[in-house]
Amino acid sequence: MTTTAPARARRALKIPTRLDRRYLPVLGTFVVLALMLIVGGTRYENFLTPAVVSNLFINNAHLIVLAVGLTFVILTGGIDLSVGSVLALSTVITAALLQAGLPVAVVLPVAVGAGTVIGLAHGVMVHYFQVQPFVATLAGMFFARGLCFVIAPESIAIDNASFVELAGWVQIFAGWRMSSGVLIALVVVGIAFLALHFTRFGRTVYAIGGGEQSALLMGLPVARTKVLAYVVSGTCAGLGGLLFAMYSRSGYSLTGVGMELDAIAAVVIGGTLLTGGTGFVLGSVLGVLVLGLIQTIITFEGTLSSWWTRIVIGVLLLIFVLLQRALSLRKT
Amino acid sequence: MNNVLRHHLFWPVAALVALLVANTVARPSFLSITIRDGHLFGAPVDILRATAPLLLVALGMTLVIATRGIDLSVGAVVAVSGAVALSHIASSPNPESPVTVLTAIAMALALCLVLGVWNGFLVSVLGIQPIIATLILMTAGRGVAMLITGGMITTINSAPFKVLGSGFWLGLPVAAVIAFGVFAVVAFVVRRTALGMLLEATGINPAASRLSGVRSKTLTWTVYTASGLFAGLAGLLISADTMAADANNAGVFIELDAILAVVIGGTALSGGKFNLSGTLVGALVIATLERTVTVLGISPLVTPLFMALVVIVVTLLQSPRMRERLTAATRRQAVTPPEPQPAARPDSTEVKAR
Repeated sequence: MTTTAPARARRALKIPTRLDRRYLPVLGTFVVLALMLIVGGTRYENFLTPAVVSNLFINNAHLIVLAVGLTFVILTGGIDLSVGSVLALSTVITAALLQAGLPVAVVLPVAVGAGTVIGLAHGVMVHYFQVQPFVATLAGMFFARGLCFVIAPESIAIDNASFVELAGWVQIFAGWRMSSGVLIALVVVGIAFLALHFTRFGRTVYAIGGGEQSALLMGLPVARTKVLAYVVSGTCAGLGGLLFAMYSRSGYSLTGVGMELDAIAAVVIGGTLLTGGTGFVLGSVLGVLVLGLIQTIITFEGTLSSWWTRIVIGVLLLIFVLLQRALSLRKT
Repeated sequence: MNNVLRHHLFWPVAALVALLVANTVARPSFLSITIRDGHLFGAPVDILRATAPLLLVALGMTLVIATRGIDLSVGAVVAVSGAVALSHIASSPNPESPVTVLTAIAMALALCLVLGVWNGFLVSVLGIQPIIATLILMTAGRGVAMLITGGMITTINSAPFKVLGSGFWLGLPVAAVIAFGVFAVVAFVVRRTALGMLLEATGINPAASRLSGVRSKTLTWTVYTASGLFAGLAGLLISADTMAADANNAGVFIELDAILAVVIGGTALSGGKFNLSGTLVGALVIATLERTVTVLGISPLVTPLFMALVVIVVTLLQSPRMRERLTAATRRQAVTPPEPQPAARPDSTEVKAR
């Protein structure tokens, strides 16, 4: 054969020199995260310690789960504004049912299932009634928040022994701490990653985001997949509520106000386009970590007021959006 | 009868009437208006006043949505506007002087105009998706407002400023006069000139309208600027009502209420045809709904649940599938009397085929 060693070498070289453009936004997020860690590490002592990094995960486990679920919906080109309220609903259901004396084995599925049901309702409204995702999930957001108040207007502390034991489970190795919440979040990330990249469902999600008409013409199960994406998001929000209840050991109807914005911001910073079709679950996880790290740095700085968090998140969003815009312009 | 049922304002107006009836049943004196100290008093007047800020925000939102956009930042702009005006009045040596108040109002509106220009720049020049472009300001805006007030709730005493929130003019609340006045002017300009049609053209097909000579970019930029300005005005009305600038809670969820008002009014979020009278009814429905909850003695905390139910019912009734079913049902009824059905009117708000 004429294609001998040089050609093969060139082909081998191709992989590192020409990175797939799809990975660029995620890579950008990763670089920002690394830069923040480096800057924080040089500016403050005790910043790059296992304790701080572990806390980053422990404090944001629920947000990771929310962002992962939201990624599915956004990949199909939709949006889910209800995740913050559904999270609150799940914490309230958990706390109220535990207070009523139901066993943990019953309460946990019910709390997560509430999210699933709301997600299913969103999917049906969006697909079968062609209500815009924004409006359908907005209604869901108000609905879930209202339901929280109906169930319990006041904060309920959780003192169920087995729930507290479950929530308090911590594994420590060499300064690194792993709570049950973080473990669950990481498992969710793993499952979501596998589902998106190695199953027919995942490929259909990307196909719908890339072009719903084309997906339909290709004979893909658009209806089922689209509804399922909202179900995934709702379920993840329910699970996120469970994690938040474990983290705060209480259920309160006002938790998670505005959390949907944090989740959307995390997904966008993680490189997922809101038009759908492009993005990765791992990017969303990186996005959550960037948001968490901003909070950590501002806490370490001490003199900065809390509102700088919002301004910095806004500026970061702007930078990432401009970056994505520049990339997509170069492509066309 | 069919034409009435199919009229785009039928369901929103029906919702409004239903709410008013529910209120009157619960409290027979609900619709009565009395004159006290030369001013009109009564629940309907209160509703008008409560509608004012929402109507202004929803007005800007309708225009933005007509160009196939959305403005999520209006709540943050409301907070910034109140923060600027009240900080200026609080720091001035003479808070009672009309000059101070006018300067404060001008400063607040100017800044909000700039914020609107910023949104418009991101959307029309850089071509960023509206939802994301305005999400940036939505996130950062409240931070900016807190920066201006120093993280505290600024309260003031200033009679001229208070007029904006709780004053009366010709017996009507000043806030309502301002909001409905602005609404009337904008509605007149948009519907009596070609502007409204050009906005719809931009929303229906930006590329085609640009090719046929519509300045889509300038129009898009203008509507975001207008939205910012109207949100700023709404922020002044809200802060004048409470005489406090609360960067965290002023105008929280007003963007969602405004979008709901637009949607209830029958303007589709997918852009194109818009419906200002529908928005007016939508804003009134939401304000009345909030009032209803208190009249019926339900905890105000449950308001979101009611809001959700109304939105779900109205959007489902307006959804293409339901419309098909309804039209099919009325057609079937219409078969018995052999009078010919008029063909679907071209100006009816049937959702555009996509």
